[in-house]
This record gives sequence, structure tokens and C-alpha cells, in this order.
Amino acid sequence: MKIAVIGAGAVGSLIARELSRYDVEVIIIEKNTDVGMGVTKANSAIVHAGYDDEPGTVRSKFCVPGNALYTELAKDLQFDLKRIGSLVLAFRDEEVRVLEELYKRGENNNVPGLEIWDRDKILSYEPNINPEVIAALWAPTAGITEPWMVAIAAVENAMDNGAQLYLETEVIEIVTIDGRVRKVVTNKGEFEVDAVVNAAGMYADEIAKMAGADYVPLHPRKGEYILLDKQEFSGFVKSILFPTPSLLGKGTLVTPTVDGGILVGPTAVDMPPEREFREDTSTTFEGFEALMSKALKMTPLIDFRASIKTFAGLRPESPQKDFLVGKTNIFGFFNAMAMRSPGLTAAPAIAKFMIEEIQESMGETLRPKLDFKPVREKIKKYADLPPTIWDEEIKRDPLAGKMICFCNKVTEREILEAIKKGARTIDGVKFRTRAMFGSCQGGFCMHRIMKILARELGVDMADIKLRSDKSFILMGQVRK
Amino acid sequence: MIEKNVDVLVIGAGAAGLGAAIGAAREGVSEVVIVERDERSGGILNQCIHNGFGLHYFREELSGPEYAERVKKIVQQYPNINVKVEQYVHQIDYRRKEVVVASTEGITVYKPKSLVVATGARERPMGGILVPGTRPAGVFTAGVAQRFVNLENRLPGKRAIIVGSGDIGLIMARRLTLEGVEVVAVVERMPYPGGLERNIRQCLKDFNIPLYLSHTVVGIYGKERLEEVIIAQLDESYKPIPGTEKKFKVDTLVLSVGLIPQSTLFKDFLKIDPWTKGIVTSSSGRSSLNWIFAAGNCTVIYDLVDWVTEEGSVAGKFAAMYVRNNWEPAKFFVEKGQNVGILFPSWYEEGTNLNLYLRVKKPIAEGTIRIKQRNNLLYSKKHLNMLPSEMISIKIPESKIGSGDIIVEVLE
Repeated sequence: MKIAVIGAGAVGSLIARELSRYDVEVIIIEKNTDVGMGVTKANSAIVHAGYDDEPGTVRSKFCVPGNALYTELAKDLQFDLKRIGSLVLAFRDEEVRVLEELYKRGENNNVPGLEIWDRDKILSYEPNINPEVIAALWAPTAGITEPWMVAIAAVENAMDNGAQLYLETEVIEIVTIDGRVRKVVTNKGEFEVDAVVNAAGMYADEIAKMAGADYVPLHPRKGEYILLDKQEFSGFVKSILFPTPSLLGKGTLVTPTVDGGILVGPTAVDMPPEREFREDTSTTFEGFEALMSKALKMTPLIDFRASIKTFAGLRPESPQKDFLVGKTNIFGFFNAMAMRSPGLTAAPAIAKFMIEEIQESMGETLRPKLDFKPVREKIKKYADLPPTIWDEEIKRDPLAGKMICFCNKVTEREILEAIKKGARTIDGVKFRTRAMFGSCQGGFCMHRIMKILARELGVDMADIKLRSDKSFILMGQVRK
Repeated sequence: MIEKNVDVLVIGAGAAGLGAAIGAAREGVSEVVIVERDERSGGILNQCIHNGFGLHYFREELSGPEYAERVKKIVQQYPNINVKVEQYVHQIDYRRKEVVVASTEGITVYKPKSLVVATGARERPMGGILVPGTRPAGVFTAGVAQRFVNLENRLPGKRAIIVGSGDIGLIMARRLTLEGVEVVAVVERMPYPGGLERNIRQCLKDFNIPLYLSHTVVGIYGKERLEEVIIAQLDESYKPIPGTEKKFKVDTLVLSVGLIPQSTLFKDFLKIDPWTKGIVTSSSGRSSLNWIFAAGNCTVIYDLVDWVTEEGSVAGKFAAMYVRNNWEPAKFFVEKGQNVGILFPSWYEEGTNLNLYLRVKKPIAEGTIRIKQRNNLLYSKKHLNMLPSEMISIKIPESKIGSGDIIVEVLE
């Protein structure tokens, strides 16, 4: 059997990796230059505990199991996962009642370890929270990760187990015959397939329409973020802080990132469904102002002068505000769409479910590979090693001691590993190594990374792009 | 892993660090090691190929690389100075006085008797100023653009707007213009320029580049490469005034909105100014720890590199004196009085000259700078056309100074 996974975000990548455990041919089709660069790239990076998904929703079915699967997944795929716990903060009596509801809902959803904390307990654990806080819901299983790393690691592992990745490959048509998937037509050629998994993020409804398959209409819901410098704000808060949720969603949170910075966001603005808005990740004054005032309410000492990056992400939202997952009216066509929050959390559980769904609906039993390799090796972070061990590594390879990114301590060895693992652009290196993610945002190292990329890829420095094909950085020479 | 004892260890081989090594070597310590993270010494001077350096220190006008070469030549006269490049300071254990340095040779743990921090500054990045819009390629800090043009022989674009009128931004406006890049505007949010008057004249006016004061960027657009930048005028509370927007079709944005002292490696054990992020020091260059000194842009952002080298050599000299005989005299506060925005140093140590550097809080057309120690008037002089962008240097010799806290004020 040959299966095409469309979309190499966190959801598609994990499905592809799960499929690669079995004796099937897996191809991953991604329109972007790199994996994990769509919806996956810009979100809150939270592995949610699962107390806020209403019983009966698809979200509630996958969120808690997905959260649990992350422990093993992070171990096998060697990406960072920190279960730092989350606090939903209540500042008014009405909000305390909402917390109690969430607590009950959480128990219903089998969320482990929930507690309601009083003011003293909150402030002794998180002294930077606004002292006007009355109560909080503590969820110890909530965690943080790097969503793009989940996708990158899952794709690397899937490929290690035989999957094929096609980048910059855009699906143009899906051919069905007698209600059955036959062929995926792309700008880079055609693929005869037996099944398609539609994990196309912001475009999953369009992909489903191509196949004449069931779908829900999607529109982007924009979320803006501000990232604060870890060198100034590391340790400002220990856990993920949410306001009490409203009809608009979980609200703007203040959270550490796995890298030690502080992330504030998102806003939640529903955008029209047209294609131009599905690419519009521009930030706005209104967004910044909303984020600042909301963050100041929860943590009054936060200081936005330490901002080093602002960005916006898009969540694929649907009218029913729920995932659409599983088989469709078209034989061999499966959806994993409308993956709004908690899509990242649910993804590992959806990947497992997808295997069952494919087997059941197609009437075939997939044979597990005997030689499946579950472990993907991460790029070693030399500066995190004890100095004596790091010293031995440098003796083996001097480039492990050559510092390229000064702020985030990334050595040339790590950059070379990233290139070996598929980085072709500045962002490709950045998202794999965290080089240029720090205080100076590449001020000291971008030109050095461009030179290493040019040398390794055998191209001119001017051919190194920021991310996509047209995002060139240099325009000609000063002197011939 | 090797351990190495050294008298004075200097972090950073830019204008301040080289100056510090010279100051320490002159004082006669047995070994001074400079560790520099870049591939060569000289720091940011290497990419500043324009003139204007050295008028104070060398009494002649030099380019950045020439200035660096001059200082390096002096360094070479001292066989006890060891300059090591591609050395990355990974950790500092201030209790054990150990500095862990990584390089391609391995890990070295330095055990200096005294440390001079000369880590310079970094540029405030785009994400530091909360500008709405997209994040395309073609947005550079001025230093990065300067590096591409001057050291890599590459042009960052064809049509550029400069945001912020700091000196590097002004210099880059001229540099890009000379290389055939069309510079359409320099935008400054304050009602006065951020850079030196001479740079406004020589870099903008001489090339007819418009300077928009009290304006800011309200939008950056372009999906892959920068396509459009929108600016607007600001009201007195720095809010954009609707209807004043101007659109520029540009492929390049060069950002020059300030330098931030690189002090975070030391923030857990040295006193850092919470507002400027500079390492707080005394007139000897000593930080809040007796064996650690600091100089240059990691303490306060200077206007002139000459001052940086000079303060570097002061710090190096006293670091060496500390090594030789635990020199640690009484110290007094140097306090900001009215209208003083930036003031260096923060303490006065007995036995040193007081080299004061200050910036006024707001433009003052005519005012008197007054420096008092108790009832003793150390300095009082009328100054004209004082601007926050122009740093004022005042030197008071040791012989005039007694004991007691010192206050510096600018009377209108």
C-alpha cells in the first residue's frame, strides 16, 4: 500500500512517522521549503493538560491521550519537552466559578493531578503573578515544547524508516475513480497512491475539496505573539499562565519557552477565509497593545523593552471549533483537519488513531516492520555538556568548540549537523539549532551562518535565502 | 581541559579590551591574556571603514581599521600581552574566580587574579521595537548591513530606508548611497537626531537624504523580500497621528535604534544598570566586585572610540594595580542631578582622575554643568546646544578631588 501524507506540520509529520512503523510506502508532500513552517511554526508551543475541552468534542477525545504520549515521543524523537505545569488564574469571584467548572471538566476528561490553589500558594510558587489573584487551577501535566522540532524530528525519523519527503511540492489535483483515491497530482509530478492523509493545515479544506471528500470550511484565526529575551527574563515565571478562559478561547498566556525566554500571546482574531488571509501573518499595533495590557494584568512586572521578536501565527478554525479527523466519503481519503488548539497536543494520539482508522476503513491489516527504528538522534548541544565532556568532544572534532551563535551558544559542528539533516536556508538552520534565536537575533552570526551554508551547499553566499525561494538576503556585489 | 593562571584576563579584543591590555601591561604585570570570540581582534572597528576615529587618542583622523591597527601595534610592543581569538567565554564562576573558555583547542579554565570585561554592545534587533507588519528578508540592523558592504563586498539591497538616526544608521545612509543604493529616508522617532551633528551634516545633508524627525515606522510589508515600509508622524506622546502616513517602496530596511551593553553574562554577580544594561563601574573601571573591572560599551554607550580605548586603559591599569597590591581605595557615589540622563562612572575611587561622561536628558540650548563634592565646587561651566545624542566628556584631575559623594547636574 502507498500512502501520501499531505502537509508536514506537526500533525502530518507524526502521522507519517506512525505509518513508517508499518510495511507501507509513505510519501510526505509539503508545499513549503521546509517541514513545520506553516501552522506549526507559530503557536503557543503548549502541550495542554486537557481540562478545557468540552466532553463529547473530538478535541476532548485526543487531547489527554496526546498529552500522555508526548513523554515517550519526546524521548524517542529527542525533542525538548518540559512539563512545567499550567495555572489558570482567577481574579474575580465569577472566574473562580469557571475554574471549578474546568476542574470538573478536567476530571471528566481524566486529566491527572488537577488542584485548585489559593492566593498564598500561587504567589509563593510564582511571585511575579499579580497579587490581586484569588485562585488558580493547577495542571501539572501541561508542558512546553518546540512545535517545529516535533515536526522536524518526526519527519527525520519517518525518513529513517523509509518515508520519502517531497518539499516545495504543491498538490494541484487529487484524482479519484469510483469514489476511491487513485492519484495525487503536484507541481513536481504525479503520485499513484492508495490512500491520502490530509493534514494540510490552513489548506486542508481545499485539499479535501480536490478529492470531493468531506470537509469543514476553514478560516484563519490570527494569533500574535511577543517573545522576550531570555537573557533578561529567564525565570520570570516557572509555569504556563492562562487567564480564565472566555468564549473567545483560552486567552493570552504568559509562558516560558523551552529555550528560557518568555512568550506572550496569542491574540485571537478571526480572519476571512480567502487565500490571501491564509498567508497573512502580519502583526498589528492593536495586537501588541492587547498583548501588553493582558500580560501586564497577569504579571505586572513584565517589561516589553526586553522584546526581541514579534510574530503571528494562523490557526485553522472551523465553525464548530473542533477537529475533523478520520475517514471520509472517499475511500482511502482521511482527514486530520481544523487542527486548532489543542492540535499540537492531540497530534500523537491522532497519529495512532489514524493507523486504526486506515486499517478499519480500508479493510487491510498493516504489518509492523520488524526493523522499525523508533529513535531519532538530536543534534548534540555541546554547550550544555559538562566542560570536561565538551573538551573531549572538541578533541575529537575541533568544530565542536567553534562558537558561531554567541547568544544561544551554537557551534559550527551543530550548524553542520543541521545542514546534514536537511537545513538549506537561514530559517532551516535557525529552527534546527536555535542559532539566531537569541538576544541579537542574528546580528553577530547571520553572515557566518550564510557562509557555512554557502560552503557546504557549494553555492554563492547570495544564493542563501532566509526561508523561501524569493526571500533572498543579498542583492549583488559592491565591487566586481 | 587545561587550567591556566593569569594575572589579568581581558574579555574582548575591541577598542576597550586592547586598551585595557595596554593599560595593564604598562603597569607591569607578568601576563595579560585577551580572549576574543571573533576571528580577529579589533572588534567593530574592523568594519567601520569611514574616517573620524583617533582624533583624541592618536591626534589624527583615522579609519576604523587604521585605528585598530595602531592600537594593535602598541599591544605588540608588550610581549606579556597574549591576544587569543576564537575564544568563547562560556561561564564565569565568580566565587572561585574561574572563567571557562571554549575554543577549537578545547576548554580552558582561566584563573585570573583580575578580570577586565570589555564585551562591547549589541544592536537592538527589529523585534525590540514592536513594529507591525510582516517579517520578510531585507531587514537588517545597521551593523549587519555595514558588515555585508564593508567586509563581505555585498550589497544588502537597491532601495533602502533607514530607521533610527543613530550614528551607524547615518554612516550607513552615506555608505549605501556611495555604493549606488538609493536611500529614500532616515526616520527618527525623537524630535532630534540620535547621532552626532557632524554625521547629520556629512552623511545626510551632503547627500540630500531627507530626515523625518518625530516619525516612526507603522508597517513593514512584503511576503518574502521587503516591498513596502509605511511611516507616520508622532504626536507629543509618541503616538502615530492618523492621516500622516507615507509609503515607501523599498527592498531594504536598515535599523539603527540603539546599542545595548553586553552585560548579561555578568548579571548574576555584578551590579548592572537596570535601565541602560551597562555594567556599573567606578572611576577606576572597577565593577561592584573588587577583582572585576569593565570598560567600553559594556558599561556605557560612548560616542567616540577614543574614549573607549582611554577608559579601557584606565580599567587595565587599575586591574593591574589590584593584582600587584590589592589596590582598593575608598569610594564615593557619583550621582545624577537634574537634567542628567546618562552618567558615567557611578562611583569615584580615591587616587584616580575623574573622567566623567554624561548625556543630558533633553535638549538644552544653554545650561551650566555643575559638579560638586560636598561644598567643594569641582567644575562649573556654561555649555551650549546640549543634546542627548551628544556625549559630554569632562575630566577632573585627582588633585582637585577630596572625599565625599559627588553630584553632577545641568542647570538650565
